[in-house]
Amino acid sequence: MIRNLIKNKQQNEGVEALSNDERRHFLKMGLKLTGVFAGGSLLSLVSVVVKVYATPGQFKDKYPYRPHYSMVMHLDYCVDCERCIEACAATNDIPKYGFRTNILERQIPDGIDQQVEFMPVLCNHCNVAQCARVCPTAATYKNEQNGIVMMDVKKCIGCLSCQLACPYNARYFNEEKWAVDKCDFCFDTRLSKGVDLTACAEACPAGVRIFGDISDPKSRVYREVHQVSRTVWVLRPEAGTKPNVFYTRG
Amino acid sequence: MANGIVPSSLTLGEIESALVGRLRSGGNGYYVAVLLSGVLMLVGAIAALYATVGGHHTIYNVTREIPWGVLISGYIFFVVTATGLCLISSIGHIFGSKTFMPIAQRAVFLSIVTLMSGFFVILAEIKVPIRMLIYNIISPNFTSSIWWMGTLYGFALCLMIFEFIFLLIGRHRPAIACGFVALLAEIAAISNLAGVFGLLNGREFWHGPYLPIFFIASAMMVGASAIIFFQILAQKVNGEPFTPMMRTCLAGARKVAILMICIILFFTIWRTVSTLVGMPNGQYVGVMAMLTGPYALSFWGGEILMALLAPLVLYILSRGTNIRMMLLASGLMLLGAFFMRYNMVIVGQIIPVYIDLNVTGFTELLQYFPSTNEIIITLGAFGLTGFLFLLGEKIFNGHKVEDH
Repeated sequence: MIRNLIKNKQQNEGVEALSNDERRHFLKMGLKLTGVFAGGSLLSLVSVVVKVYATPGQFKDKYPYRPHYSMVMHLDYCVDCERCIEACAATNDIPKYGFRTNILERQIPDGIDQQVEFMPVLCNHCNVAQCARVCPTAATYKNEQNGIVMMDVKKCIGCLSCQLACPYNARYFNEEKWAVDKCDFCFDTRLSKGVDLTACAEACPAGVRIFGDISDPKSRVYREVHQVSRTVWVLRPEAGTKPNVFYTRG
Repeated sequence: MANGIVPSSLTLGEIESALVGRLRSGGNGYYVAVLLSGVLMLVGAIAALYATVGGHHTIYNVTREIPWGVLISGYIFFVVTATGLCLISSIGHIFGSKTFMPIAQRAVFLSIVTLMSGFFVILAEIKVPIRMLIYNIISPNFTSSIWWMGTLYGFALCLMIFEFIFLLIGRHRPAIACGFVALLAEIAAISNLAGVFGLLNGREFWHGPYLPIFFIASAMMVGASAIIFFQILAQKVNGEPFTPMMRTCLAGARKVAILMICIILFFTIWRTVSTLVGMPNGQYVGVMAMLTGPYALSFWGGEILMALLAPLVLYILSRGTNIRMMLLASGLMLLGAFFMRYNMVIVGQIIPVYIDLNVTGFTELLQYFPSTNEIIITLGAFGLTGFLFLLGEKIFNGHKVEDH
């Protein structure tokens, strides 16, 4: 076998004898193949781009929902007055043992200008909502028009897998409703009745919570997310859920 | 049909008198065991009903941050054991290994029983089970691992019941067909069960392709031990001697158990090493909670010693002939496997989702310990397994299997 290989190698005609036409033909074929692969890669990239966005800078021109509701939090404005929590509870009939929105507190012992920071949190209405993926009965789902993650209470079996899947601790079981409850950007109580703002955004005296349609370039949330002078981030980006609640300072 | 265990020519009256006769053949120890397991099952069922009607929040110790407690651990324990038993039964009954033939029918029956025990626990865990029965069918979510897992396990349970009935009436061909499809359904179901946890990339402790492989290997390990445990108990219950064929069968199951223990040990060691070296935060915190933290006893004592090392040593020392040593090994393995499931479910949740943000209340590990009610329901599921196993031994006349 080795002898055959050596023999074949000796019989190789080499590239010197190739005509220019053959070389040109070979190059054309290579370019075509490359084109097919490159085209395929570009197409696949395009499809990824359509799926992702909602992270600043990644996708500026298009958002999948009309309106695409979103919220920007100005962390340094928050003083933990909890009026947002109260307004949310009053508007959405939240029991005392639960919450749809909360304010986390971060101690910064070595901070020069401040030693504590407050961080309002709520459902991030993720584009890749893990809660909606895991729900066995589609009781929680992405609204196809506005991207809000909603609950169909009557379908909730109370397996609590959505609570487990949520990387933001945004869900709790409402014993009165016999279903998991969560923020719906006040869709049921306000947005669907023509009100522009969520209860929490309206109640905040410091203008921490900016709510609006991020698919509208004229909206404040769009401008806040797409400006480049201040850093804008999302919580737990490693969870890969493409959240629609953004954070910034200043 | 005539060569089956239940001859078709019997009248109902004759069947009834045969069953009564079989049930009366037990000794005092048997009746005490039936009574104890029956009481345990009933108390568990009452506790589950009480929790479902009264509301879980007042009775269970689960919280917003730790929504899944010991009941989910129990569910996983039972259904993984059921899958393991189904796999073990398939070696003889479906794939034709004569060594495993004597335990095949008992393994099928026990797989049904453990699956029912799993469903018993999950019914107590689901807050609105009535909606589950309706909306799982009319509003399925095909991207949900839970939906697939529940549906496939339900499908497998039906098939195994048919398989068992066909075995009873001596129709082996349809029994094998049902058993084969049930086997596929169980494998698919257990991989989806692992997917429930493994697909959550917001939970580093679980996320990754490791869990489905771990679960299937773990099922085989526990299944082999479960059949050894229950087979030895059954011999005692039925007062039957250990025939050479049965000894060969148990020795075969022991070999499977040893191999799978080694594989699980290998997995556990490498998972721990990779976490300690790479230190991915969420996972690292969880693994440290088990190595040196609040779950150290449960991990080292329950998972490593009781489920893996002690059974491994005992199985090896037994040489496949020392029945008592094998009974002890398999019993320890079953108990330890429960801790294994408990650790996996609970430790994954005690790591706060906001731990990296260093916010007040989420910098430390969260705490959970099952309530009395949760423990009673879990014990009730064990009672159900024991009760049905004991009744089954008498009703089905010791699961005597013919060659097929």
